[in-house]
Amino acid sequence: MFIRLSAAIAALSLLGNAALAQGAKPTDPQIAHIAYTAGVIDINAAKQAIAKASNKDVKSFAQVMVRDHEAVNKQALDLVKKLKVTPEDNDTSKTLSKQATEKLAELDKLKGAEYDKAYVANEVAYHKAVNGALETQLIPSASNAELKSLLQTGLKIFQGHQQHAEQVAAKLK
Amino acid sequence: MRWGCYLPVMTALLFGAMAAPARAATIQIATTDLVFAPSEVSAKVGDTVEWINKDVFAHTATARNGDFDVMMPPKKTVTSVLKKAGTIEYYCRFHPNMKAVLTIAP
Repeated sequence: MFIRLSAAIAALSLLGNAALAQGAKPTDPQIAHIAYTAGVIDINAAKQAIAKASNKDVKSFAQVMVRDHEAVNKQALDLVKKLKVTPEDNDTSKTLSKQATEKLAELDKLKGAEYDKAYVANEVAYHKAVNGALETQLIPSASNAELKSLLQTGLKIFQGHQQHAEQVAAKLK
Repeated sequence: MRWGCYLPVMTALLFGAMAAPARAATIQIATTDLVFAPSEVSAKVGDTVEWINKDVFAHTATARNGDFDVMMPPKKTVTSVLKKAGTIEYYCRFHPNMKAVLTIAP
Protein backbone atom coordinates (compact mmCIF):
# COMPACT_ATOMS: atom_id res chain seq x y z
CA MET A 1 0.00 0.00 0.00
CA PHE A 2 2.72 2.44 0.97
CA ILE A 3 4.92 1.28 -1.88
CA ARG A 4 2.29 2.45 -4.34
CA LEU A 5 1.64 5.60 -2.35
CA SER A 6 -0.37 7.64 -4.75
CA ALA A 7 -0.23 7.17 -8.46
CA ALA A 8 -1.23 10.80 -8.70
CA ILE A 9 2.10 11.68 -7.11
CA ALA A 10 3.90 9.83 -9.85
CA ALA A 11 1.90 11.79 -12.40
CA LEU A 12 2.93 15.08 -10.79
CA SER A 13 6.57 14.04 -10.74
CA LEU A 14 6.32 13.06 -14.37
CA LEU A 15 4.76 16.39 -15.22
CA GLY A 16 8.17 18.02 -15.11
CA ASN A 17 9.84 15.39 -17.23
CA ALA A 18 7.07 15.20 -19.82
CA ALA A 19 6.96 18.95 -20.26
CA LEU A 20 10.73 19.18 -20.51
CA ALA A 21 10.90 16.30 -22.97
CA GLN A 22 8.55 18.08 -25.31
CA GLY A 23 10.36 21.34 -24.73
CA ALA A 24 6.95 22.90 -24.07
CA LYS A 25 5.85 24.47 -20.84
CA PRO A 26 2.24 24.31 -19.77
CA THR A 27 0.18 27.34 -20.79
CA ASP A 28 -1.68 29.52 -18.28
CA PRO A 29 -5.08 27.90 -19.07
CA GLN A 30 -3.49 24.48 -18.56
CA ILE A 31 -1.74 25.55 -15.34
CA ALA A 32 -5.03 26.89 -13.97
CA HIS A 33 -6.69 23.57 -14.81
CA ILE A 34 -3.93 21.49 -13.20
CA ALA A 35 -3.88 23.59 -10.01
CA TYR A 36 -7.68 23.51 -9.73
CA THR A 37 -7.75 19.75 -10.33
CA ALA A 38 -5.06 19.18 -7.70
CA GLY A 39 -7.25 21.09 -5.23
CA VAL A 40 -10.40 19.14 -6.09
CA ILE A 41 -8.51 15.86 -5.62
CA ASP A 42 -7.48 16.85 -2.11
CA ILE A 43 -11.01 18.04 -1.25
CA ASN A 44 -12.45 14.68 -2.33
CA ALA A 45 -9.85 12.78 -0.30
CA ALA A 46 -10.64 15.01 2.71
CA LYS A 47 -14.39 14.47 2.41
CA GLN A 48 -13.77 10.74 2.45
CA ALA A 49 -11.58 11.21 5.54
CA ILE A 50 -14.22 13.28 7.36
CA ALA A 51 -16.63 10.39 6.86
CA LYS A 52 -14.20 7.54 7.55
CA ALA A 53 -11.43 8.71 9.90
CA SER A 54 -11.57 7.57 13.52
CA ASN A 55 -8.80 9.77 14.96
CA LYS A 56 -9.92 13.31 15.85
CA ASP A 57 -6.67 14.96 14.71
CA VAL A 58 -7.05 13.27 11.33
CA LYS A 59 -10.66 14.44 11.07
CA SER A 60 -9.82 18.04 11.94
CA PHE A 61 -6.87 17.98 9.51
CA ALA A 62 -9.29 16.84 6.79
CA GLN A 63 -11.67 19.70 7.69
CA VAL A 64 -8.83 22.21 7.23
CA MET A 65 -8.06 20.63 3.83
CA VAL A 66 -11.64 21.08 2.62
CA ARG A 67 -11.81 24.67 3.91
CA ASP A 68 -8.44 25.81 2.54
CA HIS A 69 -8.56 24.07 -0.83
CA GLU A 70 -12.10 25.34 -1.43
CA ALA A 71 -10.90 28.86 -0.58
CA VAL A 72 -7.91 28.58 -2.96
CA ASN A 73 -10.06 27.16 -5.74
CA LYS A 74 -12.64 29.91 -5.29
CA GLN A 75 -9.85 32.46 -5.70
CA ALA A 76 -8.64 30.58 -8.78
CA LEU A 77 -12.13 30.64 -10.32
CA ASP A 78 -12.50 34.36 -9.55
CA LEU A 79 -9.14 35.01 -11.17
CA VAL A 80 -9.77 33.06 -14.39
CA LYS A 81 -13.13 34.82 -14.69
CA LYS A 82 -11.45 38.19 -14.25
CA LEU A 83 -8.71 37.33 -16.74
CA LYS A 84 -11.27 35.81 -19.13
CA VAL A 85 -9.22 32.64 -19.26
CA THR A 86 -10.91 29.27 -19.78
CA PRO A 87 -9.04 26.54 -17.89
CA GLU A 88 -7.95 23.95 -20.42
CA ASP A 89 -8.12 20.24 -19.70
CA ASN A 90 -4.89 18.45 -20.47
CA ASP A 91 -3.13 15.11 -20.08
CA THR A 92 -1.65 15.98 -16.68
CA SER A 93 -5.07 16.91 -15.25
CA LYS A 94 -6.60 13.76 -16.74
CA THR A 95 -3.89 11.49 -15.33
CA LEU A 96 -4.17 13.18 -11.93
CA SER A 97 -7.94 12.71 -11.78
CA LYS A 98 -7.86 9.11 -12.97
CA GLN A 99 -5.21 8.10 -10.48
CA ALA A 100 -6.84 10.00 -7.64
CA THR A 101 -10.06 8.08 -8.25
CA GLU A 102 -8.10 4.83 -7.99
CA LYS A 103 -6.46 6.02 -4.78
CA LEU A 104 -9.85 6.91 -3.26
CA ALA A 105 -11.13 3.41 -4.04
CA GLU A 106 -8.01 1.90 -2.50
CA LEU A 107 -8.36 3.97 0.69
CA ASP A 108 -12.07 3.20 0.84
CA LYS A 109 -11.25 -0.46 1.49
CA LEU A 110 -9.32 0.38 4.66
CA LYS A 111 -10.78 0.91 8.11
CA GLY A 112 -9.98 2.46 11.48
CA ALA A 113 -6.37 3.22 12.36
CA GLU A 114 -5.15 1.59 9.17
CA TYR A 115 -7.23 4.01 7.09
CA ASP A 116 -6.12 7.02 9.19
CA LYS A 117 -2.44 6.21 8.68
CA ALA A 118 -2.82 5.56 4.97
CA TYR A 119 -4.78 8.78 4.41
CA VAL A 120 -2.30 10.96 6.31
CA ALA A 121 0.72 9.28 4.68
CA ASN A 122 -0.82 9.94 1.30
CA GLU A 123 -1.51 13.57 2.25
CA VAL A 124 2.15 14.09 3.17
CA ALA A 125 3.31 12.56 -0.10
CA TYR A 126 0.64 14.26 -2.21
CA HIS A 127 1.36 17.75 -0.86
CA LYS A 128 5.08 17.16 -1.28
CA ALA A 129 4.52 16.23 -4.92
CA VAL A 130 2.16 19.17 -5.58
CA ASN A 131 4.67 21.54 -3.96
CA GLY A 132 7.46 20.13 -6.12
CA ALA A 133 5.37 20.59 -9.26
CA LEU A 134 4.40 24.14 -8.21
CA GLU A 135 7.98 25.15 -7.47
CA THR A 136 9.74 23.61 -10.44
CA GLN A 137 7.08 23.70 -13.16
CA LEU A 138 3.83 25.55 -12.61
CA ILE A 139 5.08 28.78 -10.98
CA PRO A 140 8.06 29.25 -13.35
CA SER A 141 5.82 28.51 -16.37
CA ALA A 142 2.99 30.87 -15.42
CA SER A 143 3.15 34.02 -17.51
CA ASN A 144 0.33 36.05 -15.96
CA ALA A 145 1.55 37.86 -12.84
CA GLU A 146 -1.71 37.40 -10.91
CA LEU A 147 -1.81 33.69 -11.68
CA LYS A 148 1.82 33.38 -10.61
CA SER A 149 1.08 35.19 -7.36
CA LEU A 150 -1.95 32.98 -6.61
CA LEU A 151 0.19 29.89 -7.24
CA GLN A 152 2.80 31.29 -4.85
CA THR A 153 0.15 31.74 -2.14
CA GLY A 154 -1.02 28.22 -2.95
CA LEU A 155 2.51 26.93 -2.48
CA LYS A 156 2.72 28.51 1.00
CA ILE A 157 -0.67 27.04 1.98
CA PHE A 158 0.30 23.59 0.69
CA GLN A 159 3.68 23.71 2.43
CA GLY A 160 1.75 24.47 5.61
CA HIS A 161 -0.52 21.49 4.93
CA GLN A 162 2.48 19.25 4.35
CA GLN A 163 3.97 20.21 7.74
CA HIS A 164 0.58 19.84 9.40
CA ALA A 165 0.16 16.37 7.84
CA GLU A 166 3.66 15.39 8.97
CA GLN A 167 2.79 16.42 12.54
CA VAL A 168 -0.44 14.41 12.47
CA ALA A 169 1.43 11.42 10.99
CA ALA A 170 4.06 11.61 13.72
CA LYS A 171 1.34 11.55 16.41
CA LEU A 172 -0.31 8.48 14.85
CA LYS A 173 2.84 6.36 15.30
CA MET B 1 -7.38 83.75 45.57
CA ARG B 2 -9.98 81.49 44.12
CA TRP B 3 -7.50 79.93 41.69
CA GLY B 4 -5.04 79.47 44.52
CA CYS B 5 -7.49 77.07 46.15
CA TYR B 6 -7.55 74.91 43.05
CA LEU B 7 -3.82 74.87 42.54
CA PRO B 8 -3.00 72.04 44.98
CA VAL B 9 -5.82 69.96 43.53
CA MET B 10 -4.61 70.50 40.00
CA THR B 11 -1.05 69.79 40.98
CA ALA B 12 -2.13 66.57 42.64
CA LEU B 13 -4.11 65.59 39.54
CA LEU B 14 -1.20 66.37 37.28
CA PHE B 15 1.38 64.48 39.32
CA GLY B 16 -1.08 61.72 39.97
CA ALA B 17 -1.49 61.23 36.25
CA MET B 18 2.25 61.27 35.72
CA ALA B 19 2.88 58.74 38.46
CA ALA B 20 0.24 56.35 37.16
CA PRO B 21 1.63 53.41 35.13
CA ALA B 22 1.68 53.76 31.35
CA ARG B 23 -1.69 52.91 29.82
CA ALA B 24 -2.11 49.56 28.16
CA ALA B 25 -1.38 49.75 24.45
CA THR B 26 -3.09 48.13 21.50
CA ILE B 27 -0.80 46.27 19.13
CA GLN B 28 -1.72 45.11 15.66
CA ILE B 29 -0.46 41.86 14.19
CA ALA B 30 -1.72 40.97 10.73
CA THR B 31 -1.61 37.85 8.60
CA THR B 32 -1.25 38.38 4.87
CA ASP B 33 -0.48 35.54 2.46
CA LEU B 34 0.38 33.26 5.38
CA VAL B 35 2.83 35.61 7.07
CA PHE B 36 2.50 37.15 10.54
CA ALA B 37 3.61 40.78 10.39
CA PRO B 38 5.44 42.22 12.19
CA SER B 39 7.15 38.90 12.84
CA GLU B 40 8.70 40.15 16.09
CA VAL B 41 6.69 42.35 18.44
CA SER B 42 7.43 43.72 21.93
CA ALA B 43 4.52 44.29 24.28
CA LYS B 44 3.60 44.42 27.96
CA VAL B 45 1.29 42.43 30.16
CA GLY B 46 -2.14 44.08 29.91
CA ASP B 47 -1.66 45.17 26.29
CA THR B 48 -4.30 44.19 23.77
CA VAL B 49 -3.36 42.50 20.52
CA GLU B 50 -5.57 43.06 17.49
CA TRP B 51 -5.09 39.99 15.34
CA ILE B 52 -6.02 41.05 11.81
CA ASN B 53 -6.49 38.17 9.39
CA LYS B 54 -6.33 39.54 5.84
CA ASP B 55 -6.31 36.07 4.29
CA VAL B 56 -9.28 34.09 3.02
CA PHE B 57 -7.98 31.20 5.14
CA ALA B 58 -8.63 30.64 8.84
CA HIS B 59 -5.49 30.85 10.98
CA THR B 60 -4.61 30.55 14.64
CA ALA B 61 -2.05 32.33 16.79
CA THR B 62 -1.01 29.51 19.10
CA ALA B 63 1.70 29.91 21.73
CA ARG B 64 4.12 26.98 21.80
CA ASN B 65 4.10 27.08 25.61
CA GLY B 66 0.29 27.04 25.72
CA ASP B 67 -0.11 30.63 27.04
CA PHE B 68 -2.61 31.54 24.32
CA ASP B 69 -4.47 30.04 21.38
CA VAL B 70 -6.38 32.62 19.36
CA MET B 71 -8.68 31.62 16.48
CA MET B 72 -8.37 33.99 13.53
CA PRO B 73 -11.34 33.56 11.16
CA PRO B 74 -10.78 34.62 7.54
CA LYS B 75 -11.02 38.37 6.83
CA LYS B 76 -11.77 39.15 10.48
CA THR B 77 -10.08 40.96 13.35
CA VAL B 78 -10.11 39.46 16.83
CA THR B 79 -8.56 40.84 20.01
CA SER B 80 -6.87 39.26 22.99
CA VAL B 81 -5.28 40.68 26.12
CA LEU B 82 -1.76 39.58 27.05
CA LYS B 83 -1.81 38.05 30.52
CA LYS B 84 1.62 36.53 31.08
CA ALA B 85 5.14 37.81 30.52
CA GLY B 86 7.71 35.95 28.48
CA THR B 87 9.25 35.51 25.06
CA ILE B 88 6.54 33.59 23.30
CA GLU B 89 7.05 31.72 20.06
CA TYR B 90 3.71 31.24 18.38
CA TYR B 91 2.52 29.60 15.17
CA CYS B 92 -0.61 28.72 13.20
CA ARG B 93 -1.94 25.24 14.02
CA PHE B 94 -3.42 24.90 10.52
CA HIS B 95 -0.27 26.07 8.72
CA PRO B 96 2.68 25.34 11.02
CA ASN B 97 5.03 27.07 8.58
CA MET B 98 3.61 30.39 9.89
CA LYS B 99 5.76 31.39 12.88
CA ALA B 100 6.45 34.57 14.83
CA VAL B 101 7.62 35.85 18.22
CA LEU B 102 5.91 38.03 20.82
CA THR B 103 8.05 39.40 23.64
CA ILE B 104 5.85 40.33 26.60
CA ALA B 105 7.40 42.43 29.39
CA PRO B 106 5.89 42.20 32.91
